[in-house]
Amino acid sequence: MSVTGVTGDSPSRAWRIVIPILLGILFLGLWEFLVRWLQIPKFVLPPPSMIVDALTEDYGTLIASLWNTLKITGMAFVVAVVLGVTGAILFTQSRLFEMSLFPYAVVLQVTPIVSIAPFILIWVGLDHIERALLILATIVAFFPILSNTTLGMKSVDHNLLNLFDLYHASRWQRLRYLQLPSAMPYLLGGMKISGGLALIGAVVAEFVAGSGTGTGLAWRIIESSNRLNIPRMFAALVLLSVLGVMIFFGLSALETMLLRKWHESAVGREN
Amino acid sequence: MEGAVIAEPAKAAIAPSTRPLIRVKAIAKTYQNGTLALSDVDLAVRDGEFLSLLGPSGCGKSTLLRMIAGLGAPTSGIIDWPQANYDVRGEPDRHLGFVFQEPTLMPWATVFDNVAMPLTLTGMRRSELTGRVDEAIAMVGLEKFAKHYPRELSGGMKMRVSIARALVVRPRVLLMDEPFAALDEITRFKLNNDLLTLWQTQRWTVIFVTHSVYESVYLSNRIAVMSARPGRILTELKIDAPYPRTEAFRTSTVYNEFCRVTSAELKRAMPAGEDH
Repeated sequence: MSVTGVTGDSPSRAWRIVIPILLGILFLGLWEFLVRWLQIPKFVLPPPSMIVDALTEDYGTLIASLWNTLKITGMAFVVAVVLGVTGAILFTQSRLFEMSLFPYAVVLQVTPIVSIAPFILIWVGLDHIERALLILATIVAFFPILSNTTLGMKSVDHNLLNLFDLYHASRWQRLRYLQLPSAMPYLLGGMKISGGLALIGAVVAEFVAGSGTGTGLAWRIIESSNRLNIPRMFAALVLLSVLGVMIFFGLSALETMLLRKWHESAVGREN
Repeated sequence: MEGAVIAEPAKAAIAPSTRPLIRVKAIAKTYQNGTLALSDVDLAVRDGEFLSLLGPSGCGKSTLLRMIAGLGAPTSGIIDWPQANYDVRGEPDRHLGFVFQEPTLMPWATVFDNVAMPLTLTGMRRSELTGRVDEAIAMVGLEKFAKHYPRELSGGMKMRVSIARALVVRPRVLLMDEPFAALDEITRFKLNNDLLTLWQTQRWTVIFVTHSVYESVYLSNRIAVMSARPGRILTELKIDAPYPRTEAFRTSTVYNEFCRVTSAELKRAMPAGEDH
């Protein structure tokens, strides 16, 4: 039974999963082997087996931290989507709104979050560190949603707009039946970017918040680093990556589910 | 047969309704970039007729059609609906269906939901509109495809959906803007015939924009030939051949003669020295 496709140059579905896994195992094996063979000290580069040990030993703390990071990320993402879509709706309803507010959205986007973080931490974070983290992660995640959704809502077929005018559609009907569905693929694309950014925002904010305040995975990394517990540092890092990958796949699945019926990006080619 | 084709500068006294359905009076349209698209257009559209607007590309025939639909106002002149009721904003109750050159369907909605949209926009609930939507879909022969998405349909079928969407409002006037221009000839002939059959049973008034002499002669009672920019109505030709018209009409000498005369008129409409 052949596992390659008919054309020969496109690997089949199974291989697409198997090959990266094999490569990963090979890489980890090589890592393990080199570290042991070259006798690299564990506080410089621990072998994968030791990272797994750290994961199982500190399971409780790490999972609690993972949960905290996930909570901030998730909340920031939801707030970003709500604000971004609302902003896009306002922008497309009123040119004045867009003209006056869009530049500031850009300023917020291009200013590095690390440099905004200290302010937010002082203003909000002294008593409620989680709120500060949430605000920072939201700022990072907000922009792709806003700009993508705005673009999507403006990309409505002009003749469809004419058609809606012809039948005297109200603003609300145009929004509900035309602009929002048109913007859906763009919004979902923005969400995939924002999901990752929300996580990055949550982690960076916690890094900046620094000692004693954090409870998330970023704080675990700082703490482990301070104690030269490098295996645990790696363990926290692994969990962060897993979280990021899960967010990405979750949102990709959502995208496919919602667009499968009609959008070219989610529809398989027929040839 | 020459005698059957009459240019009619004067208003032909055709009973029963002496008042036209739509009266276009001294319309001019200047685009925002300063181009004079239409100048001095006069046209009377009669109840129940199949009227084609025939002209070279860029003569403003689509612009005229859109203005009749109320999409964009003329720069000067008026478009009057003598038989319609006007609302408080001065908008006539046009009661029309519009078919664009492209199918212009919502890709995220099924055939049913696309066809239902004009009724949905009037605030009709789903339970109320189902019967009318099914009826419109059946008129264009797509009963089996109601639950399909536009991307699953061929070009001709998409255009049928677009026509069904125009018909679902039970229009009095059907405005069609080069609806079949992008289709292959076989599909176009089929849709021409189906459109004529529907027109004869439903008896809406049709204003049909086209740049095809053959199509306009095959379909219309009357052809308004428009000149190149600035567009104006150069002449009106009456195509005095009985309906139902079938494929046999397409091969008849009468049809050929009408086409010859119409082509000659269209040629006059072209600016000198230009070949479109």
